[in-house]
Amino acid sequence: MVAVQVQDVFKFYKKFADRHKFLTIKSALVNKTLFGDLQVGERFEALRGVSFDVQSGHTLGIIGENGSGKSTMLKILAGISKPTSGAVITNGRISALIELGAGFHPEISGRENVFINGIILGLTRKEIQEKYDDIVQFAELEDFIDHPVKGYSSGMFMRLGFSIAINVNPDILLIDEVLAVGDASFVPKCLDKINEFRRHNKTIIFVSHDLATVERICDEVIWLKKGQVEMRGYPKRVVDAYLQYVGKKDTDKYQRQHDREAKSVQDTQRENDGLQNPEKRWGSREIEISNVKMFDGSGKEKYLFNADEPLAVAFDVQAAASEKDFVFGIAIYNSEGILCYGSNTVLDDFSAKSIAGRGKVRLLVPALCLISGTYFLDVAVHKFDGYPFDYHHLLYTFRVTSDQRDIGISRIAHRWEFSENIRFEKNENS
Amino acid sequence: MIEKLREILRHRQLIMILVSRELKARYRGTMLGFFWSLFNPLLLMIVYTVVFGFIVSGGRVAGFPSTKLYALFLFNGILPWTWFAASLMESSNVLMVHGALIKKIKFPIEVLPIMVVATNMVHFILALPVLIFFFLIFGKPLTLWVLFLPISLLVQFIFTMGLCFLISALTVHFRDIKDILANLLTLWFFSTPIIYPYETVPKVLKTVLNFNPMTHLVESYHFAFYYGSLPHWKRLSVTVLVGLLFFYLGYVIFDKLRDTFVEEV
Repeated sequence: MVAVQVQDVFKFYKKFADRHKFLTIKSALVNKTLFGDLQVGERFEALRGVSFDVQSGHTLGIIGENGSGKSTMLKILAGISKPTSGAVITNGRISALIELGAGFHPEISGRENVFINGIILGLTRKEIQEKYDDIVQFAELEDFIDHPVKGYSSGMFMRLGFSIAINVNPDILLIDEVLAVGDASFVPKCLDKINEFRRHNKTIIFVSHDLATVERICDEVIWLKKGQVEMRGYPKRVVDAYLQYVGKKDTDKYQRQHDREAKSVQDTQRENDGLQNPEKRWGSREIEISNVKMFDGSGKEKYLFNADEPLAVAFDVQAAASEKDFVFGIAIYNSEGILCYGSNTVLDDFSAKSIAGRGKVRLLVPALCLISGTYFLDVAVHKFDGYPFDYHHLLYTFRVTSDQRDIGISRIAHRWEFSENIRFEKNENS
Repeated sequence: MIEKLREILRHRQLIMILVSRELKARYRGTMLGFFWSLFNPLLLMIVYTVVFGFIVSGGRVAGFPSTKLYALFLFNGILPWTWFAASLMESSNVLMVHGALIKKIKFPIEVLPIMVVATNMVHFILALPVLIFFFLIFGKPLTLWVLFLPISLLVQFIFTMGLCFLISALTVHFRDIKDILANLLTLWFFSTPIIYPYETVPKVLKTVLNFNPMTHLVESYHFAFYYGSLPHWKRLSVTVLVGLLFFYLGYVIFDKLRDTFVEEV
């Protein structure tokens, strides 16, 4: 049986110009904008001909970038907003976990809010009465249920909201990213509950940025791109294709960002002619660094790396006069400003002999051993005592992605060992 | 339309719980909770009694045997007016205040303006014992015509409801209505026989007043309490028709704009 059927759904939103955030009565009467159809130029096309169906008992994941239409789709499925054209047919009672605790009133007790929220979600007073103990117990709020909701922590608030919504006992459950706000101990409990729903053959539509969870719990995944179904199929396949697409986009973005920043360095050089931008670049410029670029193992310029990929930093140097005392150094900072690694030619046991005229410097890293994130690079040349010739501080950006979700600053090489009586099954994908 | 009304009736449990939530939230945490909803009409009554009962007229208001009775007359009209005006003001932002309900869950939106009018009606009903108490201590006996009260209540509910549907729907699109409304209500207040009796109004102005449905509604409360006589049933029946017309138009426009609320609030 088909639980949800979406047929060629289009959804247009009105685009507001900044100056006319709201209509005036006059303009509405003159232009008849209030009841008329939106013209092509004044609308934002959130969904453009989306069709799919979900078999009863299946779990469908919807992934996509921000603004791809995921949430709009879910709102239409929930019946909150109406499609501009096309149709949605649903079979069974729907509960949408789009915002938990919508309609909670801060001034009154959790108990009363359970009843209000329950009735808003379509339960009757009697049904709530029957499920009341379950709801409170699942939310772990036995001790606080008679306190006003305004005193609840956001975790408690979310727990109560989730507990009520899940106890509506729907045939079709719509979930939009709500698990993102839960406290660490409650999220597994929610996932358990979702799994229980799956076992009971309920239909679930799950919108999330958490691709690992999507892959784990969904039978099928749809990738929405700019309001259209880009791909649909087996979770692993769709998620991988999506990751590839996002990765490529990121590379382009970092490439552009790098080009821009490199240009700004050159601009400062040109415009200021020896003057310094004290925030980002300083030094006497007796030796000058330019043209800092990053490459992958094959020598291709790149700013998005995989964690175990080789990386190279290369730059041109120009010495105005011959120098005997010089040190090249680099440092890598993460996005929190923590120095992840730094080294220079002295620390690596090079003694400077001489430099004159133009030259090239290249630093090779066989494997990055960083966790995923955005990093900033310092590149410098200075004297042994620290007197700076040219210091580029945090001027270059690159990004590391990783399949693994380890945490910390750096990936320390490691291996697990277990005695005979401890057994694991190794997952294929890692 | 009948179908829509049935639909609204299906939500009565929701309406009831929302109204009681509003009442509880307002009365919670303040010891004088109930008193606060009475505070505004009482203050108005006192101010007008002082201004017109003592300052302007020097102790005697035309058409009233005593200042005490003028105060009673005032309170008699101010209470239903407060219900009316507060409902209109609150409905001008009720959809925005409860935007989360509209945007995040499937929610019967028409319940919100109904909640506003019903909540204010409960305030009004709760204030009635105070009005009756004043009648008793000021030595003006009540008559059986008080029993006409439910009719006035019903007519006022229908008329107010229509306006509130209209206002709540339109303010979503035109935020300036709220400011216009506050001024309009001041004008409307003085165009309704609340601080002066209908009978003392010059003939020309009476014609103007007759076009104001609130004139006949407030008068019907005056008849039930202050005058203690049969309401002017002809004028009241016309008001019923006008009320129904407003209700119908208000709801139709609300219903027509309903789908736009999700995106605009």
